[in-house]
Amino acid sequence: MWTRFKRWFHQWGSPKGFYERSQRWGFWLGLAALILIPAGLVWGLLFAPQDYQQGHSFRIIYFHVPAAMLAQSAYVFMAVAGLVVLVWRMKVAEMMLKSAAPIGATFCFLALFTGAVWGKPTWGTWWVWDARLTSMLILLFLYMGVIALYGAIRDRQIAGRAASVLVLVGVINIPIIKYSVEWWNTLHQPATFKLTEKPAMPVEMWAPLALCALGIYACFAYCLLLRTRNEILEREKRTLWVRKLLTKEVESGV
Amino acid sequence: MRPGFNYVTIRTLLAGNYPTYGSATSMTDALLEARELGCERDDRWLFRGLSFAVREGELVQIEGRNGAGKTTLLRMLAGLYWVQEGQVLWKGASREQQSVDFAEQLLFLGHRTGIKLSLTPRENLAFWCKLHGEAPESLQKEALRKVGLKGYETVPCHQLSAGQQRRAALARLFVSQATLWILDEAFTAIDRAGVSELEGWLSDQRSDGGAILLTTHHPIPAGLLDTRINLDELRA
Amino acid sequence: MNAVWQVIRRDVTLAMRSRQEVANPLIFFVLCASLFPLGVSPDADFLRPAAGGILWVSALLATLLSLDSLFRADLEDGALEQLVLTRHPFFVLVLGKVAAHWLLTGLPLILLSPLLGVMLFLPQDVIAVLMLTLLLGTPVLSLVGSVGAALTAGLRGAGVLLSLLVIPLYVPVLIFGTGAVEAAMQGMPYNGQLALMGGILLVSLVTAPFAAAAAVRISLSA
Repeated sequence: MWTRFKRWFHQWGSPKGFYERSQRWGFWLGLAALILIPAGLVWGLLFAPQDYQQGHSFRIIYFHVPAAMLAQSAYVFMAVAGLVVLVWRMKVAEMMLKSAAPIGATFCFLALFTGAVWGKPTWGTWWVWDARLTSMLILLFLYMGVIALYGAIRDRQIAGRAASVLVLVGVINIPIIKYSVEWWNTLHQPATFKLTEKPAMPVEMWAPLALCALGIYACFAYCLLLRTRNEILEREKRTLWVRKLLTKEVESGV
Repeated sequence: MRPGFNYVTIRTLLAGNYPTYGSATSMTDALLEARELGCERDDRWLFRGLSFAVREGELVQIEGRNGAGKTTLLRMLAGLYWVQEGQVLWKGASREQQSVDFAEQLLFLGHRTGIKLSLTPRENLAFWCKLHGEAPESLQKEALRKVGLKGYETVPCHQLSAGQQRRAALARLFVSQATLWILDEAFTAIDRAGVSELEGWLSDQRSDGGAILLTTHHPIPAGLLDTRINLDELRA
Repeated sequence: MNAVWQVIRRDVTLAMRSRQEVANPLIFFVLCASLFPLGVSPDADFLRPAAGGILWVSALLATLLSLDSLFRADLEDGALEQLVLTRHPFFVLVLGKVAAHWLLTGLPLILLSPLLGVMLFLPQDVIAVLMLTLLLGTPVLSLVGSVGAALTAGLRGAGVLLSLLVIPLYVPVLIFGTGAVEAAMQGMPYNGQLALMGGILLVSLVTAPFAAAAAVRISLSA
């Protein structure tokens, strides 16, 4: 079992192995995203029952909640990749960390944006310093920090290691930040209407949500593989296997 | 037995022959040993498969044109740069296992000397001594005299010339108990008289059983040099 | 332990040789805090409840400004690599540098805060609470900031980048610091907030030096 895991880890850990293996995975993940997201959205937006308090406007959760979940998981994923970079010095983990950051930041922004759009009909303003929105905002800042650090360091390997340290420090801080923001929020805004803490949702409401969430995770994994594959080609362009691959593609293309 | 002059060629390395310098006996008497070292910067291999050993009483010079990775190699050997491929052994065992001994036995002097400009040479040396193991004050004073800074001990370093600042850093050579000196661009900013002085100090360290690993563009007298390693021939 | 003391002593000596650099963040602190009466309102009714937040934000920004030089000078002249190569565990020496930074920035900020507290109409007993929160909070600012400073030490013009990296991490300590002052102002108990700040201080004390040491090593290889 352990040796099989180790072998698997090594195969995926080498840029070439990753590139070869990820092609098939990328196809299935892309396909899954392509089916799950539209299915979940159509079901959620058109057929799921209305909310008894918010009417149709609640339907934005079918995008908002999965995006927010993904933004948080992507950061944790980056932290795991960062740990792998620092402990095993694995190049592919470095590339995955770099590739994941903009995707996570995008979803974080989308979660904030849809949150604001949702806030307009429910709270009457675009922005409320609600605990969840505020921690999402800080998460977006954390993402921006990682991306900015990547942009500032020229040597890719060193940038990857520096970002790994930053992400690990960030991930230790996230629970503290969340806790402090929630505490701060109760102090300043006693008992506002909470959006996401509802009484248990009926199945017809959460099933499309689950589909959307799965689809968005698949979409993230797909984008991640795609970006990592590009990064591999870019960074390994001097190696023999990439050059062979490229000449083959050029020849078959012409 | 004093090992003779050697030259690493890429052919012996590519053939997988384990290069040995001087005597062909085991490598266990080596102070510092590099095994199949590789260094990749900006996704380009600077060198790969570099193996050599530094023994007590040896002076090893690293050669190569600009950008060949001399400084990176020295920093890797000193532990300032992570080892990307291969191993660095200290006294035959992994360097990490005996990091304290390694730190105590190593004196590293890079391009940047670590001299604080607003401190005087005496303060600079005193701080260095306190962190690298105590040296009595008389020894520190003597060291500053030896590097020609007598009379400048209490002048802030920013008032000294580049060569004098370099000399203030070189004073560490005389207060240190280190067996291995790693000197990057050892002769930078040193005047002609200073160069022959420094050669004398290197020679003393070598005959005292110390080892020296250095890069320089200055020609080292053949009698002093035991091994020369050329990185240009190792480019992957 | 002696090594830590030597590092602290050296950094303080160096700072004393260029006193203006030590004074600059403190002057900034005063300037920043006095912008609020000018920019928003000099009214005591506005300033009194806002004073805790104003002083905390100003202290945070002043610390941030001073952090940029924490490792930069030592990296540029090579002193940092000499520190890494000693037989002492490097994170301990980093702790020494952070301690020196706090002595030169955090402590003077705490000592200056009553003056600004009076100017912003804070009641006297609340000023004491403010100083207490700063006493617990400014070491956190130095510790957490040292990680960012170490990551950006080798980069040119990294002051803004440093802020970008560090400010999100300052959020909890800012929230609890100002929260305690606010509670004290309303005559409510504030020891909960202080306890939480103490907890944050402990967590950063055991994690930040390691992270900063790792970051310094990364910056050294750039």
